[in-house]
Amino acid sequence: MRAPWSWLTTLASLPEGVGVRELARAYTDAGLQVERIESPAEAIDGPVVVGRVLDYVEEPQKNGKVIRWCHVDVGEHNPPGEPGRGIVCGAHNFDVGDYVAVALSGTTLPGGFLIAARKTYGHVSDGMICAEDELGIGSDHAGIIVLPADPPPAVGSDALAPLGMREHIYEIDVTPDSGHCLSLRGLAREAAQITGGTFADPYDAPVPADSGAGYPVRLESDDCPLFVALGVHGVDPHAPVPRWMADRVRAAGMRSISLPVDVANYVMLESGQPLHTYDTTTLRGEIVVRSARNGERLTTLDKQDRALSEDDLLITDDSGPIGLAGVMGGLDTEMTPTTTEILIEAAWFAPARIGRTYRRHKLPSEASRRFERGVDMGVPYAAARRAAELLRDYGGGVIDEAVTVAGAVRPMPSQVIRADLPGAILGLDVPGARVVEILRASGVRVEVVDARLRLTPPTWRRDLVDPYDYVEEVGRKLGFRHIVPKVPLAPAGRGYTTAQRARRTVLTAVAAAGFTEVQTLPFVAGDDLDRLGLDPDDPRRALVRLANPLSDAQPYLRPSLLPGLFGAVNRNTSRSLADLALFECGLVFRDTGAPGEIMPDVSRRPSPDEIATLFANLPAQPRHLAGVVTGEWCAAGWRGPAVPADWTHAVRLAQAAASALGVTLTRRAAAVAPWHPGRCAEVLIVDSAGVETSLGWAGELHPSVTAACGLPERTCAVELDLDALIAAAPAGRTIAPLSSHPAVKQDVALVVGADVPAADVRAALIAGAGDLLESVELFDVFTGVQLGGGKKSLAYALAFRSPERTLTEADATRARDAAVAEAARRCGAVMRS
Amino acid sequence: MSDHNDLVARTLSGETSSERVEGRLDEGRVAQWVAQAREAIAAAATSEQWRAAKAAHTGEGSPLAQANRTIGELAAAQRKAAGQLIGAARAQVNDLLAKRRELIEAAELTHRLAAEAVDVTLPVGGDPVGALHPITDMIYRMCDVFTAMGWEVVETPEAEAEWLNFDALNFTPDHPARFMTDTLFLDPPGAHRLLRTHTSPGQMRTLLTRDLPVYVVVPGRTYRADEFDATHLPVFNQLEGLAVDVGLGLADLAGTLDHLAKAMFGADVATRLRPHYFPFTEPSAEVDVRCFVCHGASVDDPERPCRTCRSEGWIEWGGCGVVNPRVLASAGIDTDVYSGFAFGMGIDRTVMFADNAADLRDFVEGDVRFARGGVR
Repeated sequence: MRAPWSWLTTLASLPEGVGVRELARAYTDAGLQVERIESPAEAIDGPVVVGRVLDYVEEPQKNGKVIRWCHVDVGEHNPPGEPGRGIVCGAHNFDVGDYVAVALSGTTLPGGFLIAARKTYGHVSDGMICAEDELGIGSDHAGIIVLPADPPPAVGSDALAPLGMREHIYEIDVTPDSGHCLSLRGLAREAAQITGGTFADPYDAPVPADSGAGYPVRLESDDCPLFVALGVHGVDPHAPVPRWMADRVRAAGMRSISLPVDVANYVMLESGQPLHTYDTTTLRGEIVVRSARNGERLTTLDKQDRALSEDDLLITDDSGPIGLAGVMGGLDTEMTPTTTEILIEAAWFAPARIGRTYRRHKLPSEASRRFERGVDMGVPYAAARRAAELLRDYGGGVIDEAVTVAGAVRPMPSQVIRADLPGAILGLDVPGARVVEILRASGVRVEVVDARLRLTPPTWRRDLVDPYDYVEEVGRKLGFRHIVPKVPLAPAGRGYTTAQRARRTVLTAVAAAGFTEVQTLPFVAGDDLDRLGLDPDDPRRALVRLANPLSDAQPYLRPSLLPGLFGAVNRNTSRSLADLALFECGLVFRDTGAPGEIMPDVSRRPSPDEIATLFANLPAQPRHLAGVVTGEWCAAGWRGPAVPADWTHAVRLAQAAASALGVTLTRRAAAVAPWHPGRCAEVLIVDSAGVETSLGWAGELHPSVTAACGLPERTCAVELDLDALIAAAPAGRTIAPLSSHPAVKQDVALVVGADVPAADVRAALIAGAGDLLESVELFDVFTGVQLGGGKKSLAYALAFRSPERTLTEADATRARDAAVAEAARRCGAVMRS
Repeated sequence: MSDHNDLVARTLSGETSSERVEGRLDEGRVAQWVAQAREAIAAAATSEQWRAAKAAHTGEGSPLAQANRTIGELAAAQRKAAGQLIGAARAQVNDLLAKRRELIEAAELTHRLAAEAVDVTLPVGGDPVGALHPITDMIYRMCDVFTAMGWEVVETPEAEAEWLNFDALNFTPDHPARFMTDTLFLDPPGAHRLLRTHTSPGQMRTLLTRDLPVYVVVPGRTYRADEFDATHLPVFNQLEGLAVDVGLGLADLAGTLDHLAKAMFGADVATRLRPHYFPFTEPSAEVDVRCFVCHGASVDDPERPCRTCRSEGWIEWGGCGVVNPRVLASAGIDTDVYSGFAFGMGIDRTVMFADNAADLRDFVEGDVRFARGGVR
């Protein structure tokens, strides 16, 4: 809402010392945030002064134009000894003796237009006589501005002040509950209340009783309880808009168009009551306010032919619809440049219904916005009367004796609160008497009943309904800055939950292992999943679709973190960042079947069944952890060559995550999209009972996937169900006794078939070695002709230790032989000599 | 062996044993041996030369060792004096050796250390350096402040029931926030499921599942049908707070948020509550923090406008208020006994303030440099 200071201060009388900035601060403190203070004169750098035309000579030019060579008296700015300045002017709408606005040489006008003395049409033009558009106050370039001569302005004085350009205009963010502040009247009332000034409402005229004395009106909808119609005859269609009115309308952000239009807008801006004006001669019979019927159409005054919804509220006459109530009038009954007979409509419409209609037809306007926020039901009559008076005073119209008031003002709902409630909730010491004083100043009718207050809000305060609404009103008027902050003492908490702590541990460990976390947008295209090479029946195809996606190209929620990570890789490589180890942790979404419809009554707690349904009615949203590596894991350095990122680094992410939680992972070969079928590990947890939980996969991506996704060749990736990993983490741990006896180490090389997984050999060694085995590390993998085809040699370092005694070599050898025997039995291993 | 030959030669020269011993134990000769030893030890410049000098002057065949062995051959009356003479001489030589050894070792160590010098400014290599995303880090920083006060952390779904996101929070059925221009709904729309537009559904989930009193924060991702540019994202992060207890009000809210601000931005940061409107709080406010750039100075100094706060002196941080009793009623809570406060802070905004991140797009575009503070 734009509010000019001069307009506010004609409506409210503010105390000494409350200037433009002080009021801005007071407004913001009271919840009317002043976002900007604008001053039109700030766009002009240098003097624009009042000049008086001394004489002029008209000089026809070769180009067909007739210019005027003028002398203009600019008082103290005249050249020494001269009566005025010589100025060339192309406009003809002025006479000798007229007062004009002169931009002196050296002044810069809006748009960076610098005025300088320059030779033109055979004369040196020393300054410029300004038109409205040149000063940035309007679009009129038909002629220059002629200033009012009564009273005569001082020649040479500032011309921007009489033009209203020394104005300060507040741009105020009016919250949805403060509809009454979408008017100068409402803002002036607040200004007076919060600064200690005074305010007398110029619209304080009660709505008369229901009367059909004027133009016939019938109300057929509860959503229009009140409709005032007032006629004005014989308005001069050519009557000019008075300058002060045009200035104010423009300063408030609307265009100045014609007297009838400006009057309607002016009264709306001042009172908050949107008005509609009809050309009375175009109306056919009784006006009826009713809901639209199926199939009805209306051509609105923007010349759009609109199909109407039964939810639209209409103004109709015998000819059918003539307006979308509160939103836009019809073309056929619109005022024209020759209209002399005017019917003014001032009505009250249900906020939600107007909101639906203007959104349905995409017709937001100053009027519909006000109706949606809730207009003062007490003001329609006064607003219509004020508009009629302005048309009478400035357009020569005659106001109908009879006015139609259809319907009546609905009573406002009362509420009872404890007088100490505002103080208790605000945390302020506010005596009951102060509460009463503040609420009365806000227009609330207050009856004090013992320690309770019976409150009835004024018609313009539709936001005051619940007890806490009054608490807020008191708080706003007192100012929140008086609240003394205190930190409440919460009961002893238990910190993060085990799962929350586990996730933090995992993320920290993965970052410490060399991966950088990214967060990507969770919207994917169907094509993204095709590019991953997922089978049609892959569970990751159980997609959750958005009804109104941001982009039709990406209508789904991610079922996997990989598409987002691949996008991040592409963005990085396009920025010459080729060596990447990225990870993301976030929710993925999986459709879990046909949802129900559940919208419990909000006035009570939902039943346990309703709560269960609310929670169950959502897609599955497990939290995943995924990573992608490409380029070089380690760059080449002076100590050694580069280490290219490969499948092992994808596995490392999984191991870093698991070991941080004390979980041991098992891996086995898998062939799953989007991975390379020979370089993909399924990552599992196998519990002590042998029950497997699959967490996901890690490995090198399939070459066709890297090609389809534009990824560097041999990019590797991992994706895990982090919730499942955390759920499998041991709750606690046992620290085993530490043996102080020395260990005995033995190496063993085993030849096995090339396709035997190292993990199987390791498992066999552990199983066979018995309790003395402390650790087993694979330190070499060898394949060569001397082994024979289809064989490989795995070299292990075994360490043995006893908790009770110092082992001998013989002890160790016995255990080693048992281990090797088990490896031979399970895996066909043969010890190399 | 040479010592042995020497002894044999002298024996063959015809000296009697007694004469020989007496002659060898002459004080002058002993002093001479010591002088020879001193000269040889002083000449030793390396450990090797030192070991050679030691062998020559204290070894088996050294004159002092040989003389020592002959003491037993002396007459009993002479033995004591001879023993003392030889013992003192040997002690003197050993002492010289020890001192020389210290010098040589010190010199050799100095030399070795000089020779082993490396260029310590060389890059040391190693595994790549990772980092947490600034949002993740900020969530933990903010939650840490609350867990330290005894609050608990609750996480709730991103795909949420419309009832929990809007209805239960006192949004009217026609509230503009519910329009498809503002909110992303899941298909089919009739199932009333959406991507949560704020973390506030965590309030109702908490009230429906926990016993009172509650003091919880709910961090996480939120979604709106918004533009994607430097100052708007369709996906952003909030930290919701909810406290419901006996006797809570706006003063408790102000104190809690002021504490959070000081923990996040420093002890000298001021906050203010500015009245505002939200359906689920009443009274409602926005919480502002003192401008980090001008500290409020630009308000009264038109010559030095501040772009960060637009010369308002304050920067908007989040929304908050006293929980609307209608919300508590939807959870079946007795509003005559309990009251509470709630807030929703922008985590992305907090990162922007705390870490000077300038462009919101960087938060979700995945550039690896972002989490590392902008460096490669």
